[in-house]
Order: sequence, then structure tokens, then C-alpha cells
Amino acid sequence: MSALLFADSEWSFDRLKATYNAIEEIALQDLKLDIYPNQIEIISSEQMLDAYSSNGMPLMYRHWSFGKHFARDQTMYQKGFQGLAYEIVINSDPCIAYLMEENTMTMQALVMAHASFGHNHFFKNNYLFRQWTDAEGILAYLDFAKKYIAKCEDEYGLEDVEKILDSAHALMDQGVFRYNRPPRLSEADKLAKAVARAEHEQKTFNDIWRTLPNVEEDDDEAEERQLEVRNIKLPEENLLYFIEKASPVLKPWQRELVRIVRNISQYFYPQKQTKVMNEGCATFVHHYIMNALYDKRLISEGAIMEFLHSHSSVVFQPDFDDPRYSGINPYALGFAMMEDIRRISTEPTDEDREWFPEIAGKGDWRDVLKDAWANYRDESFILQYLSPKVMRDFRLFSLHDDAEESHYEIEAIHDDRGFRRVRETLARQYDLGMHEPNIQVVAADLEGDRMISLRHEMHAGRSLDPKTKEDVLWHVHRLWGHKVKMDEEPA
Amino acid sequence: MNHFHFIDRRKNPKGKSLGNRQRFLRRAKVQIKEAVNKSIRDRSVKDLDNGEKITIPSKSTSEPRFRLNPESGERDWVAPGNKEFGVGDKIKKPPKGGGKGGGKDAGDSGESEDSFQFTLTQDEFLDIFFEDLELPNLVKRSLKETKSKAYRRAGISVVGSPTNLNLVRTMRNAHGRRLALKRPSTREMNELKERLFELERIAEPNEAEIAEKLALLTRLQAMEARRRWAPFIDPLDVRYNAYEPTPVPTTAAVMFCLMDVSGSMGEREKDLAKRFYMLLYLFLKRRYERVDVVFIRHTHHAEEVDEETFFYSRQSGGTVVSTALEKMLEIQRARYAASEWNIYVAQASDGYTQSGDAKRCVEILDEDVMPISQYYAYIEILDERELEVFSDKDSGAELWRAYRTFAPKWKTFAQTRIAKPSDIFPVFRELFAKNAREAA
Repeated sequence: MSALLFADSEWSFDRLKATYNAIEEIALQDLKLDIYPNQIEIISSEQMLDAYSSNGMPLMYRHWSFGKHFARDQTMYQKGFQGLAYEIVINSDPCIAYLMEENTMTMQALVMAHASFGHNHFFKNNYLFRQWTDAEGILAYLDFAKKYIAKCEDEYGLEDVEKILDSAHALMDQGVFRYNRPPRLSEADKLAKAVARAEHEQKTFNDIWRTLPNVEEDDDEAEERQLEVRNIKLPEENLLYFIEKASPVLKPWQRELVRIVRNISQYFYPQKQTKVMNEGCATFVHHYIMNALYDKRLISEGAIMEFLHSHSSVVFQPDFDDPRYSGINPYALGFAMMEDIRRISTEPTDEDREWFPEIAGKGDWRDVLKDAWANYRDESFILQYLSPKVMRDFRLFSLHDDAEESHYEIEAIHDDRGFRRVRETLARQYDLGMHEPNIQVVAADLEGDRMISLRHEMHAGRSLDPKTKEDVLWHVHRLWGHKVKMDEEPA
Repeated sequence: MNHFHFIDRRKNPKGKSLGNRQRFLRRAKVQIKEAVNKSIRDRSVKDLDNGEKITIPSKSTSEPRFRLNPESGERDWVAPGNKEFGVGDKIKKPPKGGGKGGGKDAGDSGESEDSFQFTLTQDEFLDIFFEDLELPNLVKRSLKETKSKAYRRAGISVVGSPTNLNLVRTMRNAHGRRLALKRPSTREMNELKERLFELERIAEPNEAEIAEKLALLTRLQAMEARRRWAPFIDPLDVRYNAYEPTPVPTTAAVMFCLMDVSGSMGEREKDLAKRFYMLLYLFLKRRYERVDVVFIRHTHHAEEVDEETFFYSRQSGGTVVSTALEKMLEIQRARYAASEWNIYVAQASDGYTQSGDAKRCVEILDEDVMPISQYYAYIEILDERELEVFSDKDSGAELWRAYRTFAPKWKTFAQTRIAKPSDIFPVFRELFAKNAREAA
């Protein structure tokens, strides 16, 4: 009964299907994952590079920066400085994952387990993704965005479109709602409207955009927009949103471009906040599934060896003084924490009972993990679940860096006195608000001289990097069309 | 059960990001062009068939974002791999610029580097190279095209694709083999079968008839066996028409690059001359299977040198152009027989030669060089101001005037004065026009 799913490394569609079914059985019956339907696409390495250059999205509007990233990745790849990721997965319904044709069958199995089940479950269940992104609508929206921008290029010329996109890209990081919930309903309506428009056009072949969003907005639109602007309560953290609504100079199509960039930025925002958890979840799932396949005698000894080799390089964490060190590896930390939560749930030590009374020895580690995956983001997850054991294993220590000093000072290490301190510091490190500048629109004189005032609330004395500050402000000026003022003040 | 499906995207059209690439090249055009110009300076005349790895300053295509200044304020961060530190220990910071702060904050997209390197394809490279030269479009196309090989009948082969099956040959072989192996023909078999059926129809056969029947049966069986053993067509019989790729017949060409390297030829002059040679080389490359390049530099004395020396080393001395022509003839006689080689000569100079030498040059050209040459291109490199002074074609330095007098005699002689890359092409106009006419 227990015939191997594959005996050598060649893959074929039949093998993929058989292996997918075996993986699915474990993922759904045993781990009880909850996933979107899967769409798995086989692509060549060149197509993988293509996908890289456009944020991994299968559809993207055209812009030179994607061409630049492609050229860079291609050079790196051809020189052998950089391997290609084995997989890319997209938070959409259905969940799209790419498999590279060069992968061996073992790697294809690993990637399916990792992406089509691990990431897929995370996308579908984590609260950030559920609340902030629209997995069903994203592909239709990107399709709309691509067509819309192409149309604008035809109508207004490459350069004019490029100018707006360049400037909007410069503010992408300031184009998300972080603290306040986005004006969700109306936004969702807008999106639905835009998508419906795109779909309508597709269905009817009726070129309703012959006149495109009119060069001048009509009175109704203007009034509606003015109303929205009046409803914005300053300070506003979403610069792109404010500019899109209130800029005195943008034409309707230009507002739409800004909105597209902003929506895409917002779509990626949850991913930036859940790197450790997302990768941890996917890595835990693939590790569990591959081992289960082996235990069921469905994959060979050779396959599991190949898998372990690849897995261990994925979760490798170089020390801070290693030349390979480039920060904490989210795969390594995430995987270690997931495994650790399972351990605490099933075989807790006294220390665990003291630190994690709610989950220690609870038994059903699947529920504990799924609860964590659903309800946390990196910052809160680490604050809640990073255990002394993991801190010891990673030999974590916390440093204080004062730009005025010539030395770092060690603040805490992995000992009883330091655990909490290290954990808090690490958690804060994953709070995007802490290492992305906090910039807000504090005033805009819409009736008078139309000056827009921005404020950077400096945290711990950290100012904006002068190397890019003026450049970005120049882009703000282009979108706003009038004077731009920027203050930096201690929070 | 969740539904799922696989999609094979590998056959999707390639170059999905082509539009992005074009936008990128357009965006960084000025910088790319600069880089290409620089690379032309460094490149060999013969090396135009490859793409080029170029480096442009990343500032030109930077995508600025607001960032926190890593050199301000205070922050705490966590690192892995503590070995000996205790609380309160101090670690010296790495030197500024080179080191990274704490993992997370270090630039997110590698934007911090000062330069950006990528590879231009040959087409992209040539497009930019041609841009300055202001070539007519038709010429551009013919230069970029690589000639394909022609397929020629090359006899008969035992392997091939079904479309190339040679039916006549195959059937002839089969027929011969059938005869040799004595394959019973269908007609023969049918006759025996007829007889057998006759015998079968006899209600009460006698001894002889039964014996005949049996004999017939055994014989038929033997024949069947033989037919199976010697089939109508055997894989051995099959023949295909064979085709072989053969290069379009071309001959060899040699290109003599003559250049005055005396002190008056500076960096700019040599750079222009190089483009001039490159263009001729590109042209020859498309027409001839084999192109040899000979570099001859001269002052008051001419010598054959390698490309490196040709473009980069300097020599002091007077200027006697005729020495170069003599040297060229010497090499040509020794190595490049006019009956086997197409001879092209490209001469670059700033127009000065020892007084009286021009006459000698014209003599050599007229009597020895032109009769054996396919084309002779002469460029005189001036600066912009000089070019204005000499706007009249008949005035000029001694060499120029001397060439002017004999030029009309030879259709294959072209001379022009240049001060910038776009002036180069006219000297080849006749050459390319000829090429286009032949191609048409």
C-alpha cells in the first residue's frame, strides 16, 4: 500500500498531483489547516525573475523600477551571487503559488507544503490579512490597475504617468493606514466600483474609457471629494491618502494613480508586519508534513535527506559576528518559536509553566498554534510567546545604540534578569512604527496659500536621513503642487 | 476536499517584463549612454557582437523613501550569538559607512550602493552605439542582422524526420530486399489460396487431393512465416533526404586600419577614429565569413601593431603618411593575396603630412592600392572650429587637397572630414548603398 510517491528527483504532473493529495491529507486531516483553494503554477527561472521584479505579483502595471529590479536580480542570478527563491506565493483567493521547473520533486513537495498550505493557511486566518486585505479582489484589482495605467500612458504619455507613479512610489511607506482603521467601507466600495468598472468593460467591450476619467472632474465628483477632505481629521498619517483626496493640482486620473499605489502598499502592509510568523508558520507546516510523509513511507530516505539539507539552510541563523549575518532570519526565529510552542503545549518544563501558564501542558498544540497564527502579528507574537529556551538557544542579547557614543552597550543577555528585557526589545524591533519614520500631515491651508505641513515625530532622537529627505519632499511637492513644509519634532 | 489545480506557465510568452525594461532604459538613458561610450573606448574594434555589462550611477535611478538616519538618536536592538558578553559590556561600533547597524534597519533594497550594474543585450548596445552615428535605419537593420545558414541537399541518409522521407529510394530498397530474400508475393499466395479453396470445396476428396491440400497448407504456412520474416518494408529500407547547414558562401576580407599616431592625434581624435573602424568592421563582419584586421600606425615611420598599442600608445615623430601605405602594401603582398581577399582600407589622420609626401601618397594609392581595394575610406579628424573653416570641400590641408584631385577617378574611394560621431557615416555611404543595392 505504501508505495513511494516518487523514487527519483524528476517531477511530472502525475507525481505532483499524487504528492499534492498526500500532502493535503496530512494538512487537512492531521493539522486541520483551513486554506483557500490552491492554484499552483509551474514556471521557468526566467519567469521567476519576472515575478520577483514585480513584487511577486502575477499582474502588475508597467514601471521602470520593476525593469531595474529585474535587471539587478538577473545580474545577481547570472553571476551566481543570489539563488532564486524556491517559491513565491500570493495572498489571493485562490492562493497562487509558483513552482520552478528546475526544482527537484522533493523541492516541489517542500514548496507545496510550505506555500500552498503553510502560507495559505496563514493568509486565510491571520487577523491582519482578514481585516486589511481583500484576497478575493486583489487579482481583479491588479488587472484593473494595469489596464488603467496602460490606458493613461496612451492618453497622457509615458512621461506624465511616470512622474506621478515615481512620486507616489516615494511615499509608498507613508501610504498606509497604520493606527486608525482605514475608512473601510467607502474604500471597499470604491474598490468594488473600480473592479466592477474593469469587469464591465471586459464583458461589454464597450470602450467606456474612450474619454477616460475626464480630464477635469465634474462638479459632483469635486463636491464629493471636498466632503471627504473635510472629513479627514488632521493629523493624518496616510500621506498618499491625504494627497489623493486634497491635492489642489492633481487631475482625476492622477488621483486614481495615487490611489492604485496606495492600495497596493496597503495590501502589502500586513506581510511586512508578519514576516516572522508567516515564515515560521509555513516552515513549521512544511517540516511537519515532510516528516509525516516520510513516516508514512511515502517518500524515500534520499528525499528526506535532501529535504533536511534544504530545510536546515533555510532556518540557519548566523551569529551577529559572522560575515554571513544580516539580521535575524525570520525563518529561523519563526520556526524555532513554532516548534517551541508545540513543545510547551506537550512537554512543558517548570520554567514553561511559570512563563506560559495558559498554554503549558495544554496538550493540543495544533489549537494553540492556530490560535497564535490567527491573532497576532510579529510584535505581539514575540512579546507573548518568545520563551527563555528560544532566547537561550539563539543566545540573544540586547544592545543599546546611542549615535553619539562610539560603543554599543549590552543591556541584557539571555539570563533570568535579562529575558524580559530582551524579549521586549526584540518585539519592538518588529514594530514597524519604530523603525519607519512616523510622518503625518498636520495642516494644509486649502483656502489660502495651500501650503501643506508635514511633521516627523522623532522617536528617541532619530531624525530623517538627510540623504533622501529632500528627494522625497521634492516628490511630495510634485504631487501637492504648492509649498511643502516639514518639521521634525521629538514625540 | 479542497479543489486545486496546476497550471503550466512555462510556455507563456517570454519577456513579460520587456515593457518595464524599456521604461528603465529610457529612464536611465543619459547614464547608460555615457557608460556605453566609455565601454566603446575600452572595447576592441572587433568586439561588437556581445552585449555589455555596464555600470551606471545608482543616483540616476534611485527611488528615495523617507528613512531614519542611522546616525542619529538612540535605539535598542537584539542580536543572536552572544558568546562572552555580560550586561554593561561595551562593544566598539564598526567604522562608519562600512558596517551595518542592526540587521533590520540596514537599507532594504540595496539602494545604498553608489552604482548599479546590469547587462545590455547586443541589440540594445548597438542601438545606443548607432545613435550617435546617425545611421539610416536600413543600414542599422542590415548591420544587426546575422546571416543565417542555408540548408542544402546533402545526399541520402538513414536517419531523418518523416517529412524528409525519400519515398522512391525507400521503395526501391524494399523491393530489392524482398527479391533477395525471396519474399512470397501476395499474388503467389493468392494463387495457392485459390487452389486450396477449390480443394476445400470438394465434398469427398481422394487421397491425392488430401495430400495436395496438406502440402498446400504447409507451404502456405511457410510462406506466411517468410513474409513475416521479410516484411514489405523494413526499417532498413527507409531513406531520408539529408540536408546540411552550409554557410552562405562568402569570402574573406581584410581590413587595414591606418592611423597617424603622432602627437597631434589626441584622445578625442582616437576615440572618433575607433568608432570609424568599428563601423567598418561591423559592416564587413556581416558580409564576410572571415575578417582579419591589421593595425598600422605611423609617424614618420610605419609599423604593424596590435590593437592595444594602436589605440593607446603614443609616439613622437614627424608625419609621413606614405610610409603607412607602403607598409600596408608590404603586408598585403606577404599575407593577403588580392585574388583571395577582399581588401578594405580605413585611414584616419588629422590631415598633416610632411610637405611633398601627399604627392607620393596619391601615387601609391592610384597605382597600387586602389586597383586591389574594394573600398578606401579616409577620414580627416578636425575640431569643430576647423571644420567650419574648411567648410569648402576643396580647401584644406595638403593631404586633403591631394586626395581630392585623384578621388573622382575611383568610385571606391571616399573621404570626409569629421568632428563628431555623426559625421562618420557619410564616408561609408557609398559602401552601404552598394550593399543595399546588392541585397535588393
